[in-house]
Amino acid sequence: MATYTANPPLPSDDKRWRIVNGTMRRHGFSRDALIETLHTVQQSFGYLDEESLKFVAESLRVPLSRAFGVATFYHFFSLKPPGEHTCLICTGTACYIKGAGQLVARAEKFLKVKSGETTPDGKVSLLTARCLGSCSLAPVAVMDGELAANASGEDMQAQLQVWVPA
Amino acid sequence: MNLEELQQIADEAKLAREAAQREIHVCVAAGCLSLHSDRLKEALDKEVAATGSTCKVKGTGCMGLCSAGPLVAVEPDGLLYQHVSANEAPALISGLGGDALRDHICSREQPFFKRQVNIVLENSGRIDPEKIEDYIGVGGYQALLHVVTELKPAEVIKEVAQSGLRGRGGAGYPTGLKWETVSKAGSGSKYVICNADEGDPGAFMDRSVLESDPQRVLEGMIIAAYAVGANHGYIYVRAEYPLAVKRLGTSIRDARRTGFLGNSICGTTFNFDIELRLGAGAFVCGEETALIASIEGRRGSPRPRPPYPAQSGLNDLPTLINNVETFANIPAILRNGGAWYAKMGTAKSKGTKVFALTGKVQNTGLIEVPIGMTLREIIFDIGGGVPEGRKFKAVQTGGPSGGCIPEQFLDIPVDYDSLVQLGSIMGSGGMIVMDDTSCMVNVARYFMEFCMTESCGKCIPCRAGTAQMYELLTRISQGTGTHRDLDLLVDLCDMVKFTSLCGLGQSAPNPALSTLKYFKDEYLEHIDSHRCPAGVCEISATAEVAS
Repeated sequence: MATYTANPPLPSDDKRWRIVNGTMRRHGFSRDALIETLHTVQQSFGYLDEESLKFVAESLRVPLSRAFGVATFYHFFSLKPPGEHTCLICTGTACYIKGAGQLVARAEKFLKVKSGETTPDGKVSLLTARCLGSCSLAPVAVMDGELAANASGEDMQAQLQVWVPA
Repeated sequence: MNLEELQQIADEAKLAREAAQREIHVCVAAGCLSLHSDRLKEALDKEVAATGSTCKVKGTGCMGLCSAGPLVAVEPDGLLYQHVSANEAPALISGLGGDALRDHICSREQPFFKRQVNIVLENSGRIDPEKIEDYIGVGGYQALLHVVTELKPAEVIKEVAQSGLRGRGGAGYPTGLKWETVSKAGSGSKYVICNADEGDPGAFMDRSVLESDPQRVLEGMIIAAYAVGANHGYIYVRAEYPLAVKRLGTSIRDARRTGFLGNSICGTTFNFDIELRLGAGAFVCGEETALIASIEGRRGSPRPRPPYPAQSGLNDLPTLINNVETFANIPAILRNGGAWYAKMGTAKSKGTKVFALTGKVQNTGLIEVPIGMTLREIIFDIGGGVPEGRKFKAVQTGGPSGGCIPEQFLDIPVDYDSLVQLGSIMGSGGMIVMDDTSCMVNVARYFMEFCMTESCGKCIPCRAGTAQMYELLTRISQGTGTHRDLDLLVDLCDMVKFTSLCGLGQSAPNPALSTLKYFKDEYLEHIDSHRCPAGVCEISATAEVAS
């Protein structure tokens, strides 16, 4: 016979936990809702930390290992807080053929971080994506959510310079 | 909902259309939107309000020629304007019917438009994707009404089988056969899943269909559910496509409100509802068993087949999985009949196919052509050829699972089987043109890196094999590879191809194998002369010393 266990309390008064809880409730706290819930956590908090993974795993009654496994398996989830600004460069095939590799190299050189990392002062995260579906405008960079079509190295660096004055 | 009510909505939509003297269609799909077509639409709206013009501004889906965006069409004049910016709105409105923005006019008579045959994209760029009335106004949901009130499930399947439609996700499995298998798999609960996890880099067909005509996909899914006897459906869509997710959400709500989803659809005893599920950036989740695992909230690892999802899929129940484009074909097939659809295409591949034409080609964008058109017609007639006077080198089809096709095979008609013979696949429809500035070793290395990072790690041939092949390709591209490396690469390709668990591993060697077959001289140039003929690869210092 299944034993009844109460849902864990919200980790803090932070209103965002209620949004997370709402997603789980909408799915009846079913295990299937793990990925959907992690999406909500990432949307609300910007990334997944240990506290949120523990809370979600406990609420949905899945082992923490499974929650952690899912969080690390999918590229969309990040376990580190994002920088103040994000520079996302598409490295899909069309962008690659049109020189996305040079864009990444230039950004890496300027910010002195590898792609996927955030500058030590937490100012800028440099990310790459596998195809944003805007292939006819290649190469494409997304600066703080603003998509730059036919991106040039100069324009990108100029924007980075605004964020991180040398 | 019955025929009269449907007709009434359609008539109202038609009246609303005719009330306006002219309709101005602004593309608000992702391509043009990233060129700020939303600001353009706002400016047009403002201008219309300010001048008291009788025309109506409407946001529509993709018009195809994305490289000329933002695109604006004026109906019923049939004019198309390219590269329109927000501050040109006043000139456009004031000059309507005359010679507005003459230098922005984009001819609809050019081969890019003339050579296409639109079935899946028939409403793209013509209707407002966020309004169900618009879709009904162009004949939407008539097929569904006809199906659920007049046809038996077996008759629907017969019609689809007769059309010869094959899965548009890439594998090309006959759709009618798949539906029949699911319909015969017991009488209990079943699922219908729409695979919208378009992971191939360089492909955006599904995204465009979902953003331009989402109701069409829903209608296809509902008909499929009726045919196989399913009551619950999922659309698994990439989280990287926020606009498609938003429009799908709106469409599902609208369809429920109008009575096409939910209980007793169109007054019959048939119940069906659809839920959205977001992917999370894993390429392997396009594989059907991995996709099912992901919907169940687990890591997206594939499992061996059989049992196929048609027998035991989501929650171990019979599950029908089809691609977005497959479902988008269904309403047209049921409306016009399977025999009509089967008239198009080649002997074994019927109908039309949507391709995303990108890379080094004049007209980049979304096209739909009858299957069997040659690559040369697609690239040089529709695509307008390679720009800047450069020389065509290869076309890459099928994404990381496909291969590179050189010039001597450009006159082969494109269908599922002909491309497989060339060592590539038709795949989901990505078509990337490369000119002589691309190095084929580098391209093979790029795709191998993709497969290496996207390998789920479950089976060893794929997990370890792709990493080793990537190492070898890196060495060759840096000019430090040897002839033994080349032999080892071929051996590994064979091993990974025949022993991997799922499609990702089985097709991962294709880019390397096809470039080895058609561009071996480039590999040899890297190895023997330590130089990259296209000047793309960075030759390592030790290799330069050796030469």
